[in-house]
Amino acid sequence: MSNSEPRVVVTGMGVLAPNGHGLEEFGRALRDGVSGIAFHQQLADLNFACQVGGVPANVEEIQGRYLTGEELFAMNANMVYAAIATIDAWTDAGLDLPEPDGGEPDWDTGGIIGTGIGGIDTIAETLAPRTQAGRVKRLGSTMVEQIMSSGNSARIAGKLGLGNQVSTNSSACNTGTEAVIQGYHRIRDGLARRMLAGGSEGHSHYIWAGFDAMRVLNRTKNDEPEAASRPMSASAAGFVPGSGAGVLMLEDLDSARERGARIYAEVIGGALNCGGHRQGGSMTAPNPVSVQRCLGAALDMAGIRGQEVDAINGHLTATFADPHEVHNWSRALGREPGDMPWIQSTKSLIGHGLGAAGGLECVAAVLELHEGFVHGSLNCEDLHPELEAYADRIPHETVEAPDLAVIAKASFGFGDVNGCVIFRKFD
Amino acid sequence: MNTQEVFDKIVAILKPFAKNEEALSGVSMETSLQADLEVNSARLVDIVLEIEDAFGIEVSDDDADQVATVGDAVNLIVATSG
Repeated sequence: MSNSEPRVVVTGMGVLAPNGHGLEEFGRALRDGVSGIAFHQQLADLNFACQVGGVPANVEEIQGRYLTGEELFAMNANMVYAAIATIDAWTDAGLDLPEPDGGEPDWDTGGIIGTGIGGIDTIAETLAPRTQAGRVKRLGSTMVEQIMSSGNSARIAGKLGLGNQVSTNSSACNTGTEAVIQGYHRIRDGLARRMLAGGSEGHSHYIWAGFDAMRVLNRTKNDEPEAASRPMSASAAGFVPGSGAGVLMLEDLDSARERGARIYAEVIGGALNCGGHRQGGSMTAPNPVSVQRCLGAALDMAGIRGQEVDAINGHLTATFADPHEVHNWSRALGREPGDMPWIQSTKSLIGHGLGAAGGLECVAAVLELHEGFVHGSLNCEDLHPELEAYADRIPHETVEAPDLAVIAKASFGFGDVNGCVIFRKFD
Repeated sequence: MNTQEVFDKIVAILKPFAKNEEALSGVSMETSLQADLEVNSARLVDIVLEIEDAFGIEVSDDDADQVATVGDAVNLIVATSG
């Protein structure tokens, strides 16, 4: 073992997205431009302005393959999504599922699975009404484990016998990307050999209501759901809420080699910061200086120049901020619009998964790097006028890119928080 | 409802919470919920709630604390239901 910091690679991935479950289905959906956005009658019945959203399909049919009846009894959608994607990442990494009472935990493996909002459906549907009605005794035993922020990672720790750090981070829409960066650092620091890292979010209307009230969701395409998520478009009118989970198995390269594990990509840098609600930043808007510093710090850590980035998987949600984000990338990379890497928005296909977004989009980015393609972004044929100069760099359909070597993934969240992780094809 | 019917209903309630399927398949009045069926102790609260719903009774905390075996649950219900 060398004295230098361990290299960190991705050896497994799990994804439960509105447009596909599992790497094969999700990868095919990315390639084919399949939207996971649908109309939801419940949102219409409840007078939501935005009545479309992204929800993974058929989860009730598959959840029994992952979780026992007793486990599901104490789980909400957020926890179920996290468990499915994490168990998938584990098995995809070539690891066997441990027996429930199978001896010692795996001291070398941990998990950081974030969530933005967590178990608010449990609070709204069970905890609050029963408590208000004086029926606390009728809450049963499962409230705490469902509403504690760490509920999604706690359940997984038991399923997989994790013995290293197990935690749930939360930084709004930066959550999933932050988790990946935190897991990466833990392995680099020599404190773990494997970290499951990513994010999850349930699909509750209670989660989406607050955003609807802020008028940041698209209310113009309820009759055309697949056209509703329009990042980078001139007609972008707010994001489309999504849900699901995306998880990476991050692993010390030595450990991966010892196991003979398949290596999808290497994590070569990652940075996190906050704009402090200064210089134009606020609770809901990013400080452009902090965004550029975050992107630059990730490049510095990776030891690469902006010119070496082949593709950007942006945050790009379909709000007013998209053109600003692209300009920030241009400045941070030191590249003119016509000379930019490929630019894409996975949210155009699956909506904005909030705390799950970074995890889902990291899976997309690593899959693209591994298979050599850049998926197109839907619904931006009418490109925003401020992005016209970038038009050639924003594909609408999948581009085969066998030489794709470096992809940068960034997320930005309420609170003025930023995260950027850099993946490189493993050589 | 006779004792056998109560017993069958209790076993059906316990089924999703029992981790030891072998013990469940040979369940008797003497079977311990925690030691034999390996029911998670936190879930005893939920089992009591399901019993209350299934039999239309209210179980006091003190009575619930006395339930260790399947037989304890059956006898409690028979006594409470009159």
